[in-house]
Amino acid sequence: MVRARLTSVVCAYGALALGACLAAPLIGSTHISLARAFDRSVPFADNVDAQIFFVARMPRVLTGAIVGSTLAAAGVVMQALLGNPLATPFTLGVSTGAALGAVLAITFGSSLAVGVLASVPLASLAGAVVASAIVYALATRPGRPISTMVLLLAGVTLNAFFSALILFVQYAADFTQAYRTIRWLMGDLDVGSFAPIVASLPMVLLSLGIFAFLPRPLNLLSVGADTAATRGVDVGRTQRLAFLSASLATAAAVSLAGPIGFVGIVVPHLVRLMVGVDHRVVLPASALFGAAFLVGCDLVARTVLAPVEVPVGVVTAMVGGPFFLWLLVRKS
Amino acid sequence: MLTAESVSFGYGGAFTLTDVSVEIAPGSLTGVLGPNGCGKTTLLKLLCGVLRPDRGRVRLGDRPLGSMTRRELARHIAVVPQETHPAFDYSVMEMVLMGRHPHLGAFELEGPADFEVARQALDATGTSHLADRRYMTLSGGEKQRVIIASALAQATEMLLLDEPTASLDLGYQLEVASLLARLNRERKVTMVLATHDLNLAASVCHQLVVMRGGRILAAGATREVLTGKTVRELYDVDADVQFHDRAGHLTVVPVKRIDG
Repeated sequence: MVRARLTSVVCAYGALALGACLAAPLIGSTHISLARAFDRSVPFADNVDAQIFFVARMPRVLTGAIVGSTLAAAGVVMQALLGNPLATPFTLGVSTGAALGAVLAITFGSSLAVGVLASVPLASLAGAVVASAIVYALATRPGRPISTMVLLLAGVTLNAFFSALILFVQYAADFTQAYRTIRWLMGDLDVGSFAPIVASLPMVLLSLGIFAFLPRPLNLLSVGADTAATRGVDVGRTQRLAFLSASLATAAAVSLAGPIGFVGIVVPHLVRLMVGVDHRVVLPASALFGAAFLVGCDLVARTVLAPVEVPVGVVTAMVGGPFFLWLLVRKS
Repeated sequence: MLTAESVSFGYGGAFTLTDVSVEIAPGSLTGVLGPNGCGKTTLLKLLCGVLRPDRGRVRLGDRPLGSMTRRELARHIAVVPQETHPAFDYSVMEMVLMGRHPHLGAFELEGPADFEVARQALDATGTSHLADRRYMTLSGGEKQRVIIASALAQATEMLLLDEPTASLDLGYQLEVASLLARLNRERKVTMVLATHDLNLAASVCHQLVVMRGGRILAAGATREVLTGKTVRELYDVDADVQFHDRAGHLTVVPVKRIDG
């Protein structure tokens, strides 16, 4: 029963994600054909369609798929960990930490010559790690389950504190740096080449690998920590794995493409409306649907006001903001 | 046999529970009585291994609970908490199947045998007709029976219940009481029942453990322990405790609060 539902859902959402990844590179200012892009009889150097498909557009689409997938899955895990359906991957401060790192690199990177940390993705990754480490240290005590209340408070406080630091750095920045910061904060899937994607893959795959162990314990955890314990779940271990893997996934996504909002909450809720709330189905379905969702949003961002591009974070917020409010109203 | 030997426990500060010893014999139905804050819930959490004692130890057979994994423990002892508020709207069947967790491998999905156990648990609690309903849409009594079914699906020989009737109206209280008595009688499930409801305890429990201020005041057969004197000592209440012919068990009628 569970197996049949899982198989059909994974196939359906997998097809959707694959379809989105193949269709999205075909659409843009220059029209190309999928058949010609995959036509092996023409050498790659002469095949303009293939070049546009694979070199110009595919990295951006793949980035969208990876970021959408990890943020949506991390959202599912965070919501179960905190026992709060309104939690997002950014609730515990990971993204604000990443943003602070990025802003510091943009503003002071060139003048301080701090080596690799001047690179915005690496600096944002470092910021995300620092933020997660602080929240983790505050909320865990050895041998005891994590207090989700402390976790939530620590995350919210850190978010506010790092936001203030970001404003302060912004205040010290010149006009160009401030503009670059704002653009980074909007999120951007245009990473330029396959190299950043490959660099993020180990973190993405590790977190997805840990996610695979979590669904049934997360079902129980979202019913209550004590209940989960008496049903045989090692609550402390599940919480630590969930926190670390969700933070890692979020850090990978944000350092790759900036903090793209609402994916981590809209996608899990849409998926739950369609397939129910069992995490064994919701988690893989969200990962796949998240990929299709963000690729779709980015397609809208590229084409809706063409030749002007809308930041993808604005598109996800336009979709997500009203949806989030609708969820809140519907709940009460 | 579940045994607590001179167990003491504190949440950081002074002991909430001091030098408590209890023996839960197989097949017995034991009530734990006492005023608010006397340590009933803490005792249950120690007995199921959710809390670890600061002093003394709890054993299942001859194994200390501390030496068992959560998964092993969950195959022997199931717990019904006072109230359950899932963060997501699971179906009744999903809630009951969660009881199968300690019997499944890390990536194993429930098979036909697990569904059969779940269906029997729903049957035993009279909730089969609710299987496809959403848990959150149920009434208080239905929810509590579904949670009991979920604990039964764990297929343990022992069930610990923390005030299972606290939020239920009179009809559901009696329903849950007769359900517990039947499960104990027919399925030989050993039960420990923490409750404020003296009449519930009188109607179903073979033996009582009476607690006050984190210590055991009295323990023994229900008809010996449940007396007017005990009620007075526990709650400062003057009460008539009499055998009620039509009910077939002792009943407690509180008369008035004794001041000072």
